[in-house]
Amino acid sequence: MSDMHVDVAIIGAGPAGVAAGIGAREAGAENVLVLERDWDLGGILQQCIHPGFGLHTFKEELTGPEYMHRWIKRAHEAGVQFLVNSMVFKMEPDGSLWVMNPEKGIFRVVPKATVLAMGCRERPLGAINVPGSRPAGIYTAGTAQRYVNMEGYMPGHKAVILGSGDIGLIMARRMIWEGASVEGVYEIMPWAGGLRRNIAQCLDDYGIPFYLEHSVVKVHGHDRLEGITVVKVDENRRPIPGTDRFVACDTMLLAVGLIPENELSRMAGVDIHPVTGGPVLNEFYQTTRPSIFAAGNVVIVYDLADWVSQEGFAAGRNAALYSAGTLRSSERRIAIKGGKNVRLFSPQFITGCCDATVYFRVTHPIEKRCRVFAEHGLFEQKHRYVRPGEMNEVHLKGAALQALPESVAEITIDAEEV
Amino acid sequence: MEERLLNMICVGCPVGCDIKVAVEDTKVLSVEGNNCPRALEFAKAEVANPTRVFATTVRVSGGKLPVCPVRSRQAVPKNRLFDISREVARLVVPAPVEVGQVILPDACGTGVDIVASRDLKTEEESA
Repeated sequence: MSDMHVDVAIIGAGPAGVAAGIGAREAGAENVLVLERDWDLGGILQQCIHPGFGLHTFKEELTGPEYMHRWIKRAHEAGVQFLVNSMVFKMEPDGSLWVMNPEKGIFRVVPKATVLAMGCRERPLGAINVPGSRPAGIYTAGTAQRYVNMEGYMPGHKAVILGSGDIGLIMARRMIWEGASVEGVYEIMPWAGGLRRNIAQCLDDYGIPFYLEHSVVKVHGHDRLEGITVVKVDENRRPIPGTDRFVACDTMLLAVGLIPENELSRMAGVDIHPVTGGPVLNEFYQTTRPSIFAAGNVVIVYDLADWVSQEGFAAGRNAALYSAGTLRSSERRIAIKGGKNVRLFSPQFITGCCDATVYFRVTHPIEKRCRVFAEHGLFEQKHRYVRPGEMNEVHLKGAALQALPESVAEITIDAEEV
Repeated sequence: MEERLLNMICVGCPVGCDIKVAVEDTKVLSVEGNNCPRALEFAKAEVANPTRVFATTVRVSGGKLPVCPVRSRQAVPKNRLFDISREVARLVVPAPVEVGQVILPDACGTGVDIVASRDLKTEEESA
């Protein structure tokens, strides 16, 4: 067994990883290797067959597979190498990777820099404490999406959706198009988890009822799901007595959130942020292990694949510069702090030497004119609204950061009414 | 014909603007609340003849996967989606399939082709 030595190794060939490969090659890295556990490239976008991708990158709306087709073509042209059927099962603190695949068995990849691009996973039933039995017919929305769109199976005929994340909304419409019925979408929060346009084009278009402040209090059925008991909840998300009702169904799809997939990152001793569930980063997408970079949904769950590709590209570029010893750096460490209405954000630190973008989500919606800002007058932008389902951006200019007094150790970002 | 005010969410892009559309018969008089011109086009189509891009899968024989994703090349009338869905469900396409390959020309007389949205190799080929 011989080690594979490369300049940049990337884990995952979804939108973040493929773009990271291109970014690394275009920044001059000679050997750029992307490791993918599936037999094909593209990651989760292979099963996202609906249009809505690429408006920013390609100025037209593509389906997930079409979007990835273009990126993968570009990666091949750029000389990015791929290994499919290749599972990374261990990462060392220096970014070395232990991999297995059917051709080579177990082998080690020794990179000068590594990019984490593993994406995220769906929160399963076990994460949300639903009482009742555990019959067949309960799937995460993404699992059902893979069954329908790639494996050619219909998971059931009479479905309910728990949670209103985008994949759940998209799957509601998909089930309808395949001839199933969708009895309702039940969201525990007073607002939708997914994008407004998916409420419009996936639910409203087909008259699918959408219930806010509702939850499931019981699952019925022994072998196969027979129905659920739903209930209205109060402002503390507690069931309101007397509001429960039975909804007959043979299938329940869960769209109750996504979790960055960071088992490998933890193994390598990369610091994981307790709120985002992703690696703690600086503005170079660099983790607390300097040779390990991260981008996309493994860091923080984005709304759009375009942003994931863009971040992946930048992380790949920085990894290439690091591998060549030319990544700009600074001893300075300015902490980013979330204000009152900030639920999560990334990156958590900046060195202040260059332009930086901070992404964040609000805790509560503001449905009137408001401002998204960074303190010290570093950034301000007016918005018509901010909503938890939609990521906000704060752009910090390198020149302004360099001009900050040395005493400034943190920058608070927030969104508030004006 | 009297003027009506409709509330819509523009689905022209992921922003999803809440728009107020003033309509007389099937004519759009004005649009408010939009961030870009796309909303006007959307509102006009929505009032006169709502259309959507359709995406589904088609059965494949001898492919790496049993189904291949397909889409309507352009938006099709919303009231024809289920007709097109039933038509595509009748087809079996032999592998290999190439992205952009026409799977169903002029779907249900809409003038819009249904095309493959990924490459799908045969079972034997390596990825």
